[in-house]
Amino acid sequence: MVSAARTLKPEPFAAGGALAVREVTHRFELEGKPLPVLDRITLDVAPGEFVALLGPSGCGKSTLLRLVAGLEPPSSGSLVFDGATIAGPDPSRVVVFQDPTLFPWRTVEANVALGLEAQGLLKTHRHRIAEALKLVGLAEFASAYPHQLSGGMAQRAALARALVNEPRLLILDEPLGKLDSLTRLAMQSELARLWAEAGFSALLVTHDVEEALILADRVVVLSGRPARILAEIEVTEARPRARDGAALVALRRDILGLLA
Amino acid sequence: MSAAYDVASGEAATERTASPRRPWPALEIAAAAAWIGAGAITALIEEAGDFGYTQEFAFLLAGVGGAILIAALVGRAAPALGRRLRHWAPWLILIAVGSAGWELVTAKLELLPMPFFPPPQAILEVYLDDYPRLLESLVASAKLLAVGYLFGASAGFLLGVAVGWSQVVAYWTHPILRFVGPLPATAWLPLAFFLFPSSWSASTFLIALATGFPVTVLTWSGVASVHSGYYDVARTLGANRAFLVLKVAIPAALPHVFVGLFMGLGSSFAVLVVAEMLGVKAGLGWYLQWAQGWASYANMYAALIVLALGCSSLITALFKLRDRQLGWQKGVVRW
Ligand SMILES: Nc1ncnc2c1ncn2[C@@H]1O[C@H](COP(=O)(O)OP(=O)(O)O)[C@@H](O)[C@H]1O
Ligand SMILES: [Mg+2]
Repeated sequence: MVSAARTLKPEPFAAGGALAVREVTHRFELEGKPLPVLDRITLDVAPGEFVALLGPSGCGKSTLLRLVAGLEPPSSGSLVFDGATIAGPDPSRVVVFQDPTLFPWRTVEANVALGLEAQGLLKTHRHRIAEALKLVGLAEFASAYPHQLSGGMAQRAALARALVNEPRLLILDEPLGKLDSLTRLAMQSELARLWAEAGFSALLVTHDVEEALILADRVVVLSGRPARILAEIEVTEARPRARDGAALVALRRDILGLLA
Repeated sequence: MSAAYDVASGEAATERTASPRRPWPALEIAAAAAWIGAGAITALIEEAGDFGYTQEFAFLLAGVGGAILIAALVGRAAPALGRRLRHWAPWLILIAVGSAGWELVTAKLELLPMPFFPPPQAILEVYLDDYPRLLESLVASAKLLAVGYLFGASAGFLLGVAVGWSQVVAYWTHPILRFVGPLPATAWLPLAFFLFPSSWSASTFLIALATGFPVTVLTWSGVASVHSGYYDVARTLGANRAFLVLKVAIPAALPHVFVGLFMGLGSSFAVLVVAEMLGVKAGLGWYLQWAQGWASYANMYAALIVLALGCSSLITALFKLRDRQLGWQKGVVRW
């Protein structure tokens, strides 16, 4: 009886991880000339914390996320996750990109299975696929192909593909940027719910100040390229948050002032 | 509906009783009639020369007509068959009219110069009398093509993936492909016949070469043009290099690979026929050459028809394979 009860209970997600970005500077080479993109960024994400990054377009936000994901090494400075220096990509830090980048030749289910397959966990952890699909409300579309999905559904599938790995840090690069405004509002609530349920840490880039204020514990405002940190703003408002709450409206005005 | 309605409107009543029945298959019956008519022309009109198998050919035409007629009647109960028959009926009529016309200008009226334009029954005669040799040639060609094509396609695919993936391989392969690739494989024939132990192995190699070049180039361009975002996603999900090649690069490149396979199949046909004409003492290319040597043009047409059927069947089979492998493309890409 006891063991049956245990198998029925959904596996709890691994708790959130701690990210420490220290004095990270990054340059690209553009037509032979160095292009400085990040300027001595120091930033922490505490376990289970939701941090949003705001900054002008082209300032280096995606670059910072790629460094955190381990897709590229920084020019200088260090990135440490759960006590270990980030040396490459790892499924404990999964990225959801602005484009869902689902593999068009795989069904939704097979797309969600990618992480388990790559890590050789498909045999033992297959049940997570259905769980993740259910979590994002796509259970009925498991055998659909990506081209049969709407933009919002595709982004949900991408979210499920990330969550199936039970990441300790979810890296979100404008994941809702291309969705229509109604879908975006719905997906913001979904994200807030998933984060509250699963307990991962989250680092979100967005160009939507309101989105940052609705979702994040802390909003980090970046300057234009090369990005420096202009301000860090704690959002202490209790959840669920009202978009037109007086505190959020005031914060929004402050942030827009910084970005102007 | 009330009974009064039926009485008031006779038209509505007949329409209702008629609606579950299909319209009379006029076009299909016309096709059957055309074939039977062609058979009648063949059987009944006096021939200018003396040809064997005229009656057999007439029976064949009439038999096809009868089969069409039966299919048309059965097709009223079997919708799938009915639809297909209806779709092809205009073509069936054209073929029947064409056969009758061909029969008239050759065997009946002798309007075309004789040895070069044999009547259809002469070709039927080839199939009935010379089928062992034709069959043997078909098997020989199929064997040569299969070995060469499969070898070339696999080698081209592997090389293409390697070139698309590894900069070192690309560095050494690119100039060679640029220099040697555009050369038609048939240009190698004289040299290959001399270098290889047998003309069969030489031809296999050249068919493989003709197939391998387009498959290599297109596989390579397919692998090289994979959206880098796919690799980023896979890497953050824990993929190693083998996974990136096998589960990302190759499936993403597959549409390109199939273009290469189609192009390779086309060039392999050309090499096959030329190789068989020049050196291999078997196969349909050799049969064509042999028939020409004996001025037996009916045999040439007969072999050409077999060759055309064989080649188009292979292309169709490749299309089927592509549709199965690339079903996900429906609505994404179409060609
Ligand atoms: N791989 C690269 N090579 C050269 N320049 C790059 C590369 N990736 C990004 N950049 C440049 O770095 C700057 C920051 O880019 P990005 O981080 O994508 O900005 P954003 O804040 O809009 O996400 C841009 O000017 C972009 O052109
Ligand atoms: Mg960006």
